[in-house]
Amino acid sequence: MAIPFAYNFRNLWTRRLTTILTVSGMALVVFVFASILMLADGLQKTLVETGSYDNVVSLRKGSNSEVVSGVSRQQASILETLPEIAIGPRGQRLLAKELVVLMALPKKGSDKPSNVVLRGIEENSFLLRPQVRLVEGRLPRMGSTEVIAGMNIVRRFKGIGVDETLCCGMRDWRIVGVFDAGNTGFSSEIWGDADQFMQAFRRSAYSSVIFKLRDSSEFQNVKSGIENDPRLTVEVKRETKYYADQSEIMAKFLRILGISLTIIFSIGAIIGAMITMYSAVANRTAEIGTLRALGYRRRDIMIAFLVESLLLGFLGGITGLFFASFMQLITISTMNFQTFSELAFRFSLNFDIIYMGMAFALIMGFVGGVFPAVRASRMIIVDALRAA
Amino acid sequence: MLILKLLFRNAFRNKLRASLTILGITIAILAFGLLRTLISAWYAGVDASSATRLVTRNAVSIIFPLPHFYKDKIQQVNGVKTVSYGTWFGGVYGDERNFFANFAVEARSFLELYPEFIIPPDDKETFLRDQKGCVIGRKLAARFGWKIGDSITLKGTIFLGNCDFVVRGIYQGRDKDTDENQFFFHWNYLNEIQKKVLRSWADQVGYYIIGVARPELAGDVAVAIDQIFKNSLAETLTETEKAFQQGFVAMSGAIVTAIQIVSFVVIFIMMAVVANTMAMTTRERIGEYAILKTLGFGGGSIAILIFGESLVITIIGCLLGVAATFPATKIISSELGAYFPIFNIGRETLLLNLVAALTIAFVAAIIPTRRAIKISIADGLRRIG
Repeated sequence: MAIPFAYNFRNLWTRRLTTILTVSGMALVVFVFASILMLADGLQKTLVETGSYDNVVSLRKGSNSEVVSGVSRQQASILETLPEIAIGPRGQRLLAKELVVLMALPKKGSDKPSNVVLRGIEENSFLLRPQVRLVEGRLPRMGSTEVIAGMNIVRRFKGIGVDETLCCGMRDWRIVGVFDAGNTGFSSEIWGDADQFMQAFRRSAYSSVIFKLRDSSEFQNVKSGIENDPRLTVEVKRETKYYADQSEIMAKFLRILGISLTIIFSIGAIIGAMITMYSAVANRTAEIGTLRALGYRRRDIMIAFLVESLLLGFLGGITGLFFASFMQLITISTMNFQTFSELAFRFSLNFDIIYMGMAFALIMGFVGGVFPAVRASRMIIVDALRAA
Repeated sequence: MLILKLLFRNAFRNKLRASLTILGITIAILAFGLLRTLISAWYAGVDASSATRLVTRNAVSIIFPLPHFYKDKIQQVNGVKTVSYGTWFGGVYGDERNFFANFAVEARSFLELYPEFIIPPDDKETFLRDQKGCVIGRKLAARFGWKIGDSITLKGTIFLGNCDFVVRGIYQGRDKDTDENQFFFHWNYLNEIQKKVLRSWADQVGYYIIGVARPELAGDVAVAIDQIFKNSLAETLTETEKAFQQGFVAMSGAIVTAIQIVSFVVIFIMMAVVANTMAMTTRERIGEYAILKTLGFGGGSIAILIFGESLVITIIGCLLGVAATFPATKIISSELGAYFPIFNIGRETLLLNLVAALTIAFVAAIIPTRRAIKISIADGLRRIG
């Protein structure tokens, strides 16, 4: 017969201070563990949601981001003639020739400059990115020096808002609207007419050409067609893949950092649990003797102490995850090493992280409790009873 | 002396618990020290910069180039001693994972401005004479096993095509914080290729580095340079090398802040563990404290006993942790040298370690002490652990 669960619970309750201290140590470990995984996940989610599966990005061969890529007008025109491109509502081909440059703008608060993506667009760009919604003002007129800014830029950078002007490339760019692209990378960009940008920044080539496939399954054909065409020096990727690749290094860095930190930290918390459980066993020697005398077997004693330790881990896990879930309210912005530009993203919690955090907490409880539990179960009844 | 002996005896009365706690603190201090070192590695470029060097870049952002002819105009500014320039080449050796920094520079003036890169004079001469020559850092050479005379091909990511180089020199850092993981070659070589491949990219430089005669002139010179190019196609932004480097760090500031916060979390975790140990020790010994009180010792003496015990445990752990930090740093710097070329333990880090340990010791002892002092003699004597 197993020792009742209430016995464990009331033991923890009696030594409240010790229980709270042990649990808070574990909770902190779970909190750090969950937070860093949430950060890496949030980054990846943001960049994955940025792309659409049916869209194809063409960049110059060998370049891994739009910032360093260049597609000449001539090559862009060749791409425009591809038969696989979808047709838009007005009979036009759904293809946009875009220019991406970076501009250093001062951030709110710190006043430190950070690189912002300036994307030169065509009218089709809006059709290719249905996530983009205007929330204030109006869309820029093509052929003018009007631009619109993403929500995250408006929130985080100085002097960005409707009717403000930006000065660069010897021109004044008037901000006529603010757009929201949800939880995507576009929310961290400023958009304006591509041809105007090319003039102002003295660029003779586009950065990328984006088009939508009329049939998603034709991607492989299009890809081999383009990459074998001797007139073209571009390579193509699905937009989803392109953005996922951009988060790779950073997400990997965060994950490695997170996991190595938690492993080190968890050693501390495991030691905390071990100390607690060893002393629980030592303090209750007489009790253990009594339980054995009453007929509980060694296995029951061991299980009882393991359960108690797992309970500590469980409480730590719940507390840690509870506080980590509040991190979802925070938006963080940092430079993505791969694109060299500012990107805002959120901590994102999903069930995988919850399971992993919980499993981690229980493992900590188990490892911390197993040696003390074994010690408790090995006690000899007579000695244990005499200890009191 | 007696009290010290008593503190040690008390601390190690329960050997298992004391050693577990010390082990925990050792690990926490190790983690704290490594995280702090990681943060200072982030700032290594800032610390290694000189007060007499200015960096001029395009005002719009660093990705835009500046015309090559700016050099002569900058040279005319009062207080400017040397002008050098360069371009971030961004070449990849084989695979993208083999990342290292590579720049095309105007070699003669560049080496003059950076005396911390030490190259044997003979090698320097051959490098300056060979258009396809390059100089590489000692650590970079060790990483790929490159020797003088080897040929290296880098694939351009920003610039088109492949470039071939011959290693003509291997530089050593003069200071401890000099980056020995870089790759430099002649800007002229890159420019000649650009003239053939992409005319519009030729005669452009990524940035200018300016040596000023005296550090106090830096501010005026920076303003004077930006003034010349005001309202031109490529307006400039000139700042000290330190501010320039700081700008890069600031862009990834959120990550640095996160690491900073996390490094304090480990201290909190350890506070909980040590406080737990102290709570248990005092709970077991409450009877003894009652006896001490009966003998006439005041609350102060008991407080000294408890605080002292907590201090003994944490200080031992701290010393072990600091001792372990040095070999651990060595391992990390050989593993991650490509990303963090400079990975040295600063004096500040060691000091912070000590402060952290003292804080843990004091905070952990507060609650148990309060309990031990408050309990009345009769209760203390009656109570059994």
